[in-house]
Amino acid sequence: MTTYGRGLRGLSLAAAATMTAALVLTFFYAPLDANQGFIQKIFYIHVPLAITALCGFVFGGVLGAVYLRTGDRKWDIRSYVAIHMALIFGIGTLLTGTIWAKASWGHWWVWSDPTLTSFLIVMLLFATYQPLRFSIEDPERQSRYASVFAVVAGAFVPLNFIAVRAAQAYVHPRVLTLTGGNLPGSMRLTFLVALAGVALLYVTLWKYEMAAKSTRMQVRALRRALLGEDSVVPLKRSAAPS
Amino acid sequence: MSLLAVAPALPLHTAGKYVAGAYIVFLAIVLIYVGIMASRLSRTERELIELRRDVEAQRSAQDSEPEREPVA
Repeated sequence: MTTYGRGLRGLSLAAAATMTAALVLTFFYAPLDANQGFIQKIFYIHVPLAITALCGFVFGGVLGAVYLRTGDRKWDIRSYVAIHMALIFGIGTLLTGTIWAKASWGHWWVWSDPTLTSFLIVMLLFATYQPLRFSIEDPERQSRYASVFAVVAGAFVPLNFIAVRAAQAYVHPRVLTLTGGNLPGSMRLTFLVALAGVALLYVTLWKYEMAAKSTRMQVRALRRALLGEDSVVPLKRSAAPS
Repeated sequence: MSLLAVAPALPLHTAGKYVAGAYIVFLAIVLIYVGIMASRLSRTERELIELRRDVEAQRSAQDSEPEREPVA
């Protein structure tokens, strides 16, 4: 049996320390951007959130593929939690992005920007993941169909990213590129620490939710074993794996 | 890049509220999530207490049952 709580304390402390370091570097070390000024500080939270959310969707797809290969339901639960967390981080990305857009462009949303619109499409795609699960009552089928969805949608994420990068007419600033990026050393260090902090936060919250789900399932299993099947109140129809 | 290139640097008193807003939104999302998880944790705790009570009740009921004579 996997104990998800193991190492959670150390991971939480590491995430908190890295996030604090990122905030200190953002506001006391990284220089002001010559073009955007103080508003560019939003990038140190917005871009790591976006990268982590997109990686989380792909991670969910990989875990879904492992479920389809092994048939072990723990992989479906892991995939579900990975996508759930990525959606939360994605909402953070959209909200911080719209605040930056309002300050920088004067509009909350610019439909002509491919990066914004494509991220919204990815979010809307994954927003259908939970209703899809909710619509299937049989737990076995729910896990299988959800995993297929996670794999296909997860594969769509990098394709979508590459397609947007390949597009010529964009207005979204490019923070990182394959040729070394557009950031000077101090900004790059701050950005990388912020990225590490947000990634650690994602892993911590993923483990936290997995530990909570695993504990609840073990309590139900214990009740069933000690008091019989009738003592366990059947779960209501849910999108969450049980 | 044109839109970005023409966007001038906002003065600190104007930009500050947007930057603060973005970081507050991030903090709020994390706090809401942790709050929801805390309520789920307390539900699991209640279930565990209930389970313990039921198991103890079952055990005391078994202990109070009179021993039956073996049938020859």
